[in-house]
Formats: sequence, structure tokens, C-alpha cells
Amino acid sequence: MSQELRRRDFLSALGGGIVVLCAAEAIDAQESGRRSRNDAPPKEISAWLHIGEDGVVTAYTGKTEVGQNIRTSLMQAVAEELHAPATTIQLLMADTDLTPYDMGTFGSRSTPTMAPLLRQAAAAAREALIDLAASKWNVERAAVHVAEGHVTANGHSEGFGELTRGQQLVHSISQKAPLTPSTQWKIAGHSVPKVDARDFVTGKHRYTSDLKRPGMLHGKVLRPSVFGATLASLDDAEAKNITGVTVARDGDFVAVAGPDSESTQRALEAVKAEWKTEAQPSERELYSYLKSNAEAGEDRQSGGSVGQGMAEADRKFSQTYTVAYIAHVPLEPRAAVAEWNGDKLTVWAGTQRPFGVREELALAFGIPQERVRVIVPDTGSAYGGKHSGEHAIEAARLAKAAGKPVKIVWTREEEFTWGYVRPAGVIEILSGARNDGTMTAWEFHNYNSGSSGMQLTYDIPHRRIVFHPSKSPLRQGSYRGLAATANHFARESHMDEIAHELRIDPLDIRLKNLKDERQRAVLVAAAEKFGWGKQKAARGRGYGLALGFEKGSYLGICAEVSVEGGVPKIVRVVEAFECGAVVNPDHLRNQIEGAIMMAVGGALFEQVHFDNGKILNPKLSRYRVPRFADMPLIETVLVDRNDLPSAGAGETPIVGLAPAVANAIFQATGKRIRSMPLSV
Amino acid sequence: MGQFIDLDVNGSIHRVNASAQRSLLSVLRDDLDLTGAKYGCGEGQCGACTVLLDGAAVRSCITPVSAAAGKRITTIEALEQNGRLHPLQEAFIETGAMQCGYCTPGMIMSGVSLLSKNAHPDDSEIVHAMQGNVCRCGTYPRIAAAVRIAARRRPA
Repeated sequence: MSQELRRRDFLSALGGGIVVLCAAEAIDAQESGRRSRNDAPPKEISAWLHIGEDGVVTAYTGKTEVGQNIRTSLMQAVAEELHAPATTIQLLMADTDLTPYDMGTFGSRSTPTMAPLLRQAAAAAREALIDLAASKWNVERAAVHVAEGHVTANGHSEGFGELTRGQQLVHSISQKAPLTPSTQWKIAGHSVPKVDARDFVTGKHRYTSDLKRPGMLHGKVLRPSVFGATLASLDDAEAKNITGVTVARDGDFVAVAGPDSESTQRALEAVKAEWKTEAQPSERELYSYLKSNAEAGEDRQSGGSVGQGMAEADRKFSQTYTVAYIAHVPLEPRAAVAEWNGDKLTVWAGTQRPFGVREELALAFGIPQERVRVIVPDTGSAYGGKHSGEHAIEAARLAKAAGKPVKIVWTREEEFTWGYVRPAGVIEILSGARNDGTMTAWEFHNYNSGSSGMQLTYDIPHRRIVFHPSKSPLRQGSYRGLAATANHFARESHMDEIAHELRIDPLDIRLKNLKDERQRAVLVAAAEKFGWGKQKAARGRGYGLALGFEKGSYLGICAEVSVEGGVPKIVRVVEAFECGAVVNPDHLRNQIEGAIMMAVGGALFEQVHFDNGKILNPKLSRYRVPRFADMPLIETVLVDRNDLPSAGAGETPIVGLAPAVANAIFQATGKRIRSMPLSV
Repeated sequence: MGQFIDLDVNGSIHRVNASAQRSLLSVLRDDLDLTGAKYGCGEGQCGACTVLLDGAAVRSCITPVSAAAGKRITTIEALEQNGRLHPLQEAFIETGAMQCGYCTPGMIMSGVSLLSKNAHPDDSEIVHAMQGNVCRCGTYPRIAAAVRIAARRRPA
């Protein structure tokens, strides 16, 4: 369906009022997998805003809410420019029939790209309201004011709904309406509580996994014995005999659906299958496998001559770092409800990419995309782990076979096994420095884990930075912050090693090689709050620090770690963070604290173990995630640059903890650990 | 095969047809449409399914429905009374103790269970009581703060 047609359908469905349509500039891609796609997003309408005759303001966006509280901060952006109370704005998100196309919710792009669009749409709507009022009351435009959801002039005052009654105005934004500078924000920039918080604390919010449709069946998929296995034989006669059970089969895909979860489980267990398998690489050979299958790669941010830089160095360093595969473990596993009405398919699914999943469904069933509708209820977290739509396809296949709606909720074991993991990687660094700590050369190779966060904010004249894609034994994909965590771990550990060898304070060596003012500011802010250099760590304890830059945000982080009986415990963390103008200070702190807590797992204990095509620890009892007892004292410092555009902040706060902790462990024990998770 | 079991859920008796070994969680969610308790792991490791049995927190995903018969079952849906939230629910909103919110009902039920046994828990008692509940978004510091606030507001 063309965008034009969709727009007309949409307007007639909405009825009267004002609609403002907003087109986006091309948006940088950050896709699942190792390379971005070449096909740019269509240059079409990216957001729209409707003011109804009932006064209800609805902003439409294809973004998804997965716990990053973007529903709240986008609402703040609209309220700010519309000069309306935040409570009068609602957001309709992530419904492919009702919201404009969106690539997906990833890469910390919602705040820097979607918020300005909605802001622009709201400003245009405000200007349209002013036009309406000026002509209705026959007053000068300049005499009309919009505040608190009311339009006033010369004794007149009307609400938005009253003013738009009987209108059917459509504005496409061509000229930019004046925006409120972030230094003058009244609603944005403040700690507005999470929208719908009451629904979450009362259990009323319906996640995909909570949905019920009339006549709905419960589905389960027969999983292969190991990755890549193909069906050798199948006997589903017994399963089919269970009352109300449907068995769906398509090649190696076998799934069952029944009226309740119990009969479905019985049917699944009644299916007899034999699988043909092939030997696969195992964990013990992981890092050599990644290196031996690596491509030559491409240089990133290289310059000068490393050879010359090494020749200028007094001291030379060379080290290798590794990071393990880890799992996202979103607490709501993948879930989907599929329903066919004639030849139209509707799927509710937890995903970060509703339009991508629509495309996957259309391809899987050979139907045009406009016959597929994907709706994403606010989802029980994702962290980069819900880009793909396999669960949606599974539910839709079963629904088609059964002729009834089908719900699929992956078990935790399925989520661990059949989702995808954060890439493992090997990182090699060769560096040179003068005795006074001036860095002269930097050569950095990342094998497999990814290129995010490889760039230096240090000023090192001779550098070579290369990402080498490789073959991964496990299915891998996006994870909060992508490879920035791995690359920061290697780089900031390495800087600490150089500081120690040269007997220079870790803070001093960083500042000596750093001109970037924003990077310096957060590092100094963290160090001051932490009290860096003020006192020596107690016996068995250590202090470590790290800095970071990724996706437009900067951080400085200090950690205090105790090590008792070989077990490290993170005692205290101070993170200073700067992401331009802060949109919601409390939600930003929440993201930073949460990212630090999540980072504790990857730093200290999370690791996916696997052998010959099988995940060995696909359960929470065997895969340790951070819990209350792992909680350090967390202090955050927000460096608010309200003179700069806002960057996204859901990912980058995670990248600095592991190296800060590794450096603290070194100070506490004298042991340098170069593998994540850090095991003393 | 199924049998009829009477369950006392949130103050009313519900007769359900379920086999004895079926999990309380699946009966609450699928048969009674009380979806506040969540599936997170199926092995009692994450606490998302937490409900109260005679006031004490249990993991409903590993509790057979037969074990809940004859006991008072309380789910998150019953905490709000006459439009008034439980003090701990209020404290969760006030401290922003959630991101995706999927763990929230289980966290609140564990917290309510703790506060009913220990009106003024100290930090280590909070950590100990809540250790079986996972928040993957990492809002632990705020959840702990919410429990402290709710405790402060109760009469000593």
C-alpha cells in the first residue's frame, strides 16, 4: 500500500480535527547483525499528530516501548511544544496499521530523531491552532497565546477541541515552526513520572503474553535437538489424536496448538521426531575459531603510521582481551498472538521492529505487507534482543493451520536457546607511549564482537583500528550498547595497564591524552564525586576508573571493588553521564542505574556455555543474572548540556563498568584479568 | 485429567477444572484471567510469578494448584482497595521503581510479604527477602528504596 493511500485512510478514520504530518531525514541504520543494510529507510511520513474535536491529542509513532520510558519522554516533547499539560497527550505506538513506518527501536535513536520530529509536529499544530483562533476571533496572530492546553486572545479562551471542531485540517510540515530552546523547557527537561505507571504496579497492563483472543489456542514448537538439525523422521499420529490439538508442519518446522497449555504440552511430548545433526564448534575452541575464521576487515578511524608511532615510543605494549557470549534474558520471553481474518493477518508481538516483523511475516506467507498488521503492546524488555520475528511467524503458522488465533510464549529455555546472543569476541591491542605517558601509537583489532565504540576519544597521532567480521558458532545479534562494552573493556583496561607500567595515575594518563572537552568533563566529574586520589583503598579493596563515548553520549565511571576469597564484589560505583540536553532527569538516572546493574552481570558472571550445537546453561538456575545482593551503592552525576541536542541514553551507560571493575580488581589483587566475565 | 478444585482467590471462591499438578500460575492466568503474575522462568528462580498463600510469598509457577486449595491466595490484582493503592504500590510509582514493569507485580508481592512479617526491615533484610526476584532492567536500588518508604509510612 502506498504511503499516500494509507494516509488518506487514516485521515478519514480519524474524523475531524487537525492532523500534522512529519517527514524525517534519512536515519542512520543500526541493524541486527554485523553490517548495516544499504537500503535507506523510505523518505516518507515518519510521525503524525492529531488533535481531535474532543480535545484529545494523539501522537503516532512506530517506536516501541520496552522499558526505556520513551513513551513518557516523547509525550513530554509533544506537551512542551503544544503548550499543553502532559496528561492530555497520548501516544499511539508501534501498530503497523495506525502508525507511520519506522525502522525499529534501536541504536538510541528515538530521542535524537523521533523526539525532534514529534516536537516539530507539535509546534506546527500549535501554530495551526493560533491561525484558527486568529481568524475565528478576527484578531492579530500576535495577540493569540497558547498555554496550558488553552488558546487565548483579547478575552477569548478556548480549548484545543473547541477550536478544532468542524475542521478537517491536514498540515504537512514544510516550514519549520519555531521550537522552544531546551534552556527554556518547562515540561521536557523535568522528571515527569512514567506514563501508565499505575497500570504496571496494579498488574493491569497487558503484555503480549497476557493477551487472550476469542477461541485462542496455545501453541508450542518442536525444537530440534541441536542447532541446525534437520528432521530425519516424524511421527505425529498420537499428538493429532488428542482432542482439540492441531499439528502444523512445514519442512523442519513442527508445532502443535491446543485449547490449553496442558494439552498442548502433552501433544508436544507425544510427537516423535528424529533429527539429523552435524558436528559444530564448541566453547573451548571459541576464541581460536573466531580468529581463524576472521575476515581482513576494514580500517576505522585510522591515521598516521603505527610503525612510526611505535618507533617514537619509549615503551611498547601488546595484549589480548576476550569477551564471552552473553544472553539478554528479557524477563518477558518472546511472545506472539496471531489471528487470521480471511486473508488478513494480525499479530501482537513483543519486538523492537514492528515493521521489520511485518515484512518477515509477509515474506513467510507470500502475502503483501498491507495484509499484515503487527501490534506491539508495551513489552517486558528487550535490550537489543527482540529485533527478529520468529515467534510471530510460529504463531501465525499455527493459527493458519488451526483456523483459530494462537498464542506462543517461549519458555525461558527456548529464549536462551533459540533467540540470539551478544557476540563473543577477541580484541588485540598494540600500543606505544613515552615515559611521560604521552601515547604515540594505537593498533586495535576486534574479531567478531563488532565495531561500536572502537573509536578513540584519546588523541593518539598514529592509529589503526580494524573490525574483523568472523563466523560465529552461535546465532548472534544486537545487545544493548552493541560491541561498545567489549571495546571499552579492552581499551580502558589497556590504558590502565600502561598507566601502571609507567607509574602514572590512571586518571592523569587519561587526561594527558585527552583534548575532547566533553569527555574530560565527565571523567573529572566522576573522579571528583568518587574522591579519586583522595585516599588509598583498604586492604582487599581497589579503585578503578574508565571513560567512554558512544552514540553521542559521554561517561566517566569509578568503581570500588572488594575481593574476598577470590570473589569480587562491587561496593560502590559513581558514573557521570552527559547526553546533551537532559529530557527527563529521573528517567535518565533510572537508565544509568539500570545499565550499571545489568553491566554487573556481563562484568562478573554472565556467560553462555555451549557444546556442539547445544546451549549448556539455558536456565536461570544455571545462568546467573544480577540480583539484589549484587547491588553496589550507585551514584550518578548528570552533566546537563542543555545547550546541545539530546542524544539517546538507554545504551551507553552500560559500557564503562567492566573496565572500571577490572582495573579495581587489579588494584585490589595485582591480578590483571583480560576476559569478560572477570574471574579472579 | 482434570478435577474440580475450589480456590480462594482475592477473597472469592473460584471452582476450576484442573489437574492437581498444574501450576497455580497457569490456572490464575489462563483460567481466571488474572495475568498480573507473570511467567519468567518456570523454575521459581525469577519471582515474576510471586503471589501470596496465606500472606506468604510463593512462586506460583512451581506451586501445584492442589497445594493452594484451602489457602488464601492473594494476587497483585487485589492490592488496590476501593481505588486506593497499597502503600508499596504508591512507593513504586513515587520512586520510579520500574522500567519495563514485567517484574513489578512479583516484586510488589514479595515486598508486601516481607512488610507483613517485618514492618521495618533494614537494608540487609530487604536484600535477603527480595533476592529471589529478578529485575533485568536493574531497578533494584529503587525497589529497595520503595520498600523502605512503604515501611516508614506504616505505623510502628
